[in-house]
Amino acid sequence: MASSQIIILAIIATSVATFISRFMGALTSEKVSVKSKVFQWFNCVAYSTLAALLGRMIIFPAGVLAESDLVIRLIVLITCVALFIMTKKNLVIPTIISAILLGVLTNF
Amino acid sequence: MINLKVFLKGLQSLKGTRSPAIPLAACFIALGALLKDAGFNIQQSAASSLFTYALPGQLVMAESLLVGASIINIFIAVWLVNFRLYPMTVSLFPLLDHKSQPKWKYYLSCHFLAVTSWLIAKDGYKKINKKNRIDFWIGIGIGTWSTAILMTVIGYLSADYLNKEMLIGLAIVNPVYFFCMLIGAMKNLSISIAVIAGTMLGPLIYIISTEWALLFAGLIAGTIAFLFGGNNG
Repeated sequence: MASSQIIILAIIATSVATFISRFMGALTSEKVSVKSKVFQWFNCVAYSTLAALLGRMIIFPAGVLAESDLVIRLIVLITCVALFIMTKKNLVIPTIISAILLGVLTNF
Repeated sequence: MINLKVFLKGLQSLKGTRSPAIPLAACFIALGALLKDAGFNIQQSAASSLFTYALPGQLVMAESLLVGASIINIFIAVWLVNFRLYPMTVSLFPLLDHKSQPKWKYYLSCHFLAVTSWLIAKDGYKKINKKNRIDFWIGIGIGTWSTAILMTVIGYLSADYLNKEMLIGLAIVNPVYFFCMLIGAMKNLSISIAVIAGTMLGPLIYIISTEWALLFAGLIAGTIAFLFGGNNG
């Protein structure tokens, strides 16, 4: 187990490493016009990076989620996305169902 | 200084059928429990969400501490996983820009930038008058940020009552929420290509390089979407 000092240093390192990207983004934004090609490129890259993170989280999850079955994770995801579309973009129902469904299928 | 009406509109994004409160609660409760496992006390756990407020980075931090990684290693690993916040900020803040607004609002409120708040802002900014969009953003930010901190504390306190199955159940909620939001955002060709190509390339490149997967997948898929997706708004 890490000592208290290490933990505090880790919190500072994590927070600084995270804030750098946000703050650089805010500075860059001052020079980027909404109508420019650069903005559109950044927009595409942002959506792609996010999608890449999610694809990774489902296929190669970190932490406890790794202990569930890949097939079950995919079934849960597809079912919940279908629910989201069927309920006219309600987000509360699919998110609650996702946890229950994963639990039920894992113990089935 | 801040347009209260617009600010409250942003804050109210926590309510209703599109509320992010449940997925935020699920993942930050799980994080609070994990931080307790990693040897954090309750103040340190709350401070982590207060000052970092970016879940994948916090997970990397906790897991690195558990395996005894150095502070420099943690810094680099977190920077790589959270670098996505850079393109995300650049694709949101120009939309919130207005000459009449002071710069400090932008410099401080960039701290609220996380996947959840970004998706909500991208979904709702068009309904807000250009002049007050930054206050709308601050409302969304304060709402999601404070929920995250509160839930980290609740997760820490309830860690002893959460078994592994419950934690696995909590862990799936957030990816499902994000996927639904991304599918909802696929309103034009370029974003649709960006999302589909990103989802496929993320895990594929991860097989080759775990650390650089996100950056490369985002750059490649995003550039493909930009080149082949035509004009988008």
